[in-house]
Order: sequence, then structure tokens, then C-alpha cells
Amino acid sequence: MVTSNNLVKTYGKRHEIPAVDDVSFSVNEGEIFGLIGPDGSGKTSIFRMLTTLLLPEGGSAAVASFDVVKDYRQIRKIVGYMPGKFSLYPDLSVEENLNFFATVFGTTIRENYELIKEIYVQLEPFKKRRAGKLSGGMKQKLALCCALIHKPKVLFLDEPTTGVDPVSRKEFWEMLKRLKAQNITILVSTAYMDEATLCDRIALIHSGKILTVDTPANISAAYPEKLLEVKANKMSALLNALSRFQKVSGSYAFGEYAHVSVNRNEENVEGELKNYLQQAGLENIEIKPIKASVEDYFIKLLK
Amino acid sequence: MEEVVIKTNKLTKRFGDFIAVNEITFEVYKGEIFGFLGANGAGKTTAMRMLIGLSKPTSGSATVAGFDVYKERENIKKNIGYMSQKFSLYEDLTVLENIGFYGGIYGLSDAQIKTKSDELITSLGLQNEAKKLVASLPLGWKQKLSFSVALLHQPKIVFLDEPTGGVDPLTRRQFWDLIYAASDKGVTIFVTTHYLDEAEYCNRISIMVDGKIEALASPENLKKQFNTHSMDEVFYELARGAKRVE
Repeated sequence: MVTSNNLVKTYGKRHEIPAVDDVSFSVNEGEIFGLIGPDGSGKTSIFRMLTTLLLPEGGSAAVASFDVVKDYRQIRKIVGYMPGKFSLYPDLSVEENLNFFATVFGTTIRENYELIKEIYVQLEPFKKRRAGKLSGGMKQKLALCCALIHKPKVLFLDEPTTGVDPVSRKEFWEMLKRLKAQNITILVSTAYMDEATLCDRIALIHSGKILTVDTPANISAAYPEKLLEVKANKMSALLNALSRFQKVSGSYAFGEYAHVSVNRNEENVEGELKNYLQQAGLENIEIKPIKASVEDYFIKLLK
Repeated sequence: MEEVVIKTNKLTKRFGDFIAVNEITFEVYKGEIFGFLGANGAGKTTAMRMLIGLSKPTSGSATVAGFDVYKERENIKKNIGYMSQKFSLYEDLTVLENIGFYGGIYGLSDAQIKTKSDELITSLGLQNEAKKLVASLPLGWKQKLSFSVALLHQPKIVFLDEPTGGVDPLTRRQFWDLIYAASDKGVTIFVTTHYLDEAEYCNRISIMVDGKIEALASPENLKKQFNTHSMDEVFYELARGAKRVE
């Protein structure tokens, strides 16, 4: 449904800043595809090239087999785009914004109401309110309605959950699942690693380069080392001790635990580690092997 | 007896009929990392603005670093550091210029600024970037620099408003190393975050729902209290009951 072949985009007077560096991936129809990476890793530039708002400097890309350069008019008709920054008309009301976007795309709210109904009912009590006066969560819902009102084939959501609290984030992802069920292909970018597992497939991206593309489960399984979660009475002392244990190749805090990487071939390293930590004066030590998360994998790639 | 650096009693802020912050009472101790959590719209920002001397409470009382939030707001500002994603450094100034500017605002002498600048640039490993515009730094470095600048005048308390949004997981952990180091030196850290794994790194956390503090304890005790092993569940359990449509 969406393909990117060696896309390149640079910024700066002498093109010295590679924002998107030889990026290739493809997204299947009906899939939720996540671009996972920190701010400044190139996510927005990729989205803007795919939605025909920015010209690529190298490589090519297509959406529904339309080329992003030659066939930009066709692409604009079939994609919905929700930028990271709120970009509706703050002086128009909720209803007026929605009507405006429907009209621009030659449709009406009524025609595609089914698609946005579930989201719009939450906005309805405020339909006369100016968009600029809405709370963050409501702005986000309105922006999503406006991006959906022409029933796009592909939906691009650029960091829709940035700054959103964990409960609202969860609700937002449930909404995406239901849109997917209506056969809309969804590309979503996020800096929240825990959201990776909610996508069908993900691309990990850093400094304009794609590090890997796969399902979250495959990425977790590809973690090259044995991973342990370790808990003790004091986190800072624990991390300190772990960093000095020879057989540990990496350790960092992960919520209430420390995650510790060791060589896969090490036998009984748990026992050794426990003895060592006890000698280091730590108490209530718990050690158990765990499956790596996407975040663990990302950290590994960055190190 | 632990030294109390923030103390509030029934602190309240109303906007017309709307009670943004509803009688919150809590204490924060010296050197503590205190996580201030809540859903969007729960009243965190309003509460924080009262504590940092930017907004006058409607009723109740509070002292921050020993100063009254009604009468001694200028003293509060001098004794705290503040960093948020929205307000941090001047992008069009260099790293050194930013340090000089903030040092000057907080009344440091030229000699002090010079010493502090050297210290800070060495400890952050920014030797090659010292004369570059802040705009050209990666976000993670900006955040670390911004935190260090908030500590320039050696405040007793630093308020961090979602300090780690949008950075990669490795940089996020490096940022927390800086927080731990400051806390070890006795600086109190008051931090808001939407990352629930970061809540685990705090000594104690409070969770606000609809303007009230509905829970306040160490992460471990909160999980015990809610009979769960995950902070996510504690948060969902509390925030799901919210009635406010932000």
C-alpha cells in the first residue's frame, strides 16, 4: 500500500544535515505500521514526503501505487494526515472545521459519519466551541475526525499521542484498532516504545536511518543476548554494582527492575550474579530471565 | 526527622466555578525525587504553577523552600530551578551564551559564571559544542543542558515538567542519571511525567484525579495498596474514575 525506496532528504544550506537517510520500507494494506524513534529521527520528514508535502531529494515512494512526485494529486485524495502540531482552524468551531474539511474533499459529514461517529460523539457536546478553545485531548480527537472525513485509504498519524497521559493513550490505540478493522491502512509515528507492540509491524528509526523493520514479536525474539530482570533493595547501588560485574555486557533501569544482558552461553550466571550482589551488600535480590522488549532492543542498537 | 521543603495545606485554585486544584495537602522532603502524576487535565500544571510562584492560590496555604506562596513569590523563584519541554533554552544563543544569560539572571558574578560554565561543559562533555547555537544540538543534549542550567544557581528544589518527552530510551536513562546525581547532593526533584516506568524511579509519587490527590506513597507501597505488580494498573485504576472531560 505504501512503499519507500531509498528515500533521502537533507536540511541545511549545504545539505549537511541528513534528515532522512536512504530509507526503505513497505506497508501492507490494512496494516498498522509504526515508525518508532525519538524526536529528530526523521519521522515527520518521511511522513511529509509520503503525503506529498515535501519533495524527496533521492529515492522514490508510492502510496497505493501512485508516485509521490508525479501523482501527488491522486495521493492527496486518498490519504488522511494528522500532523504532530495542531493545525486546524482555531477560529472556526468544531463543526465548522469538520464541515470545511469535508467540503474541501467534495464530501459531507453525513456521507462518512459512520467512520467518525464513535469519536465524534465525544466532541458533540462542544460542537459550537472554537477549536482553539478545546483541551488537548479534544483537539486531538477533532484532528482525527478531520483527517478521516473523506474516508481515506491510508491514514498518516504523526506522533498522535505525544504528551498524552497513559489512559488517554490507551483509548487512542483502541480507536486505531477499530479504524484498522474498517480496512484503513495506518502509518503512525511515536517516541513511546511501549506503543510499538500495538502495531502489526514497526520500523525502528534513529538519526534518519531505519535500524530494523519487523513485527514487534520478531524484534523481541532477535535480541542477541540473555536478558535478566534484577531487583534489589536499592536501585542506584544495584546499577552501580551491575556495571562492575564482568559478565554483564549491559545494564540499565527499567521501571522497578534493572535489565541486565549477559552472553547466551553463560551457564548459571544467575547464581553467580546473586552471590556477587549479596557480597556487594545488596538485599532482597530477585533475578529472573525475561523476554526482551522492543525498548531493550532499541537500547541495544543505540549502544 | 526529615527536612520538609514543600508543604501544602488544602491548597486550592478556582477559575470561576471550576475547581482546578481542590484542597491538596502534601509534603516533600529534602533530596527526595517526588513524582507528580495525573491524567491530562487533572490539575498538575495549575498546582505546579502555584508552587513555583507563577499563580496565586485561591485558598489554602503552602510554603516552598520555606517561603509563602502568597507573599514571598519572588523568593520562591530565586530558590527553585524550573525546566519544561516548552520553556528551556534560547535556540539562537550558543551553549555558553545560554549559561551566561541564565547565570546573570540568577545573580551569579562573572567569575562564578566562568567557573560554572567550565564545570558544566566538562561534565556534559560539550567541549566541542560550547560555541555552537543551541538550535543545532540534538534534543537529548538540549534537555541535559537545560536541566544543568536550571541547577546553576544551586536551587533547593528543581521542578521538571515532563523533562524527557520525545527522546530515545538511552538518552532518557542518561537524563535520569543526572536527576539521581542532583538528588544525591540534596537537591529536591519535583517531576511530572507520562512515562509510568519513570514513576518507579521516584522515591514517592502522587497521583492527581480531578483536582485532588487521590494517592500518595512510594511506588512499592502504591502497588501493594492497589494489589498489583504494575504501576500502569495503579494509574489506570485511579485515572479511569476521572469525571472531568479535561
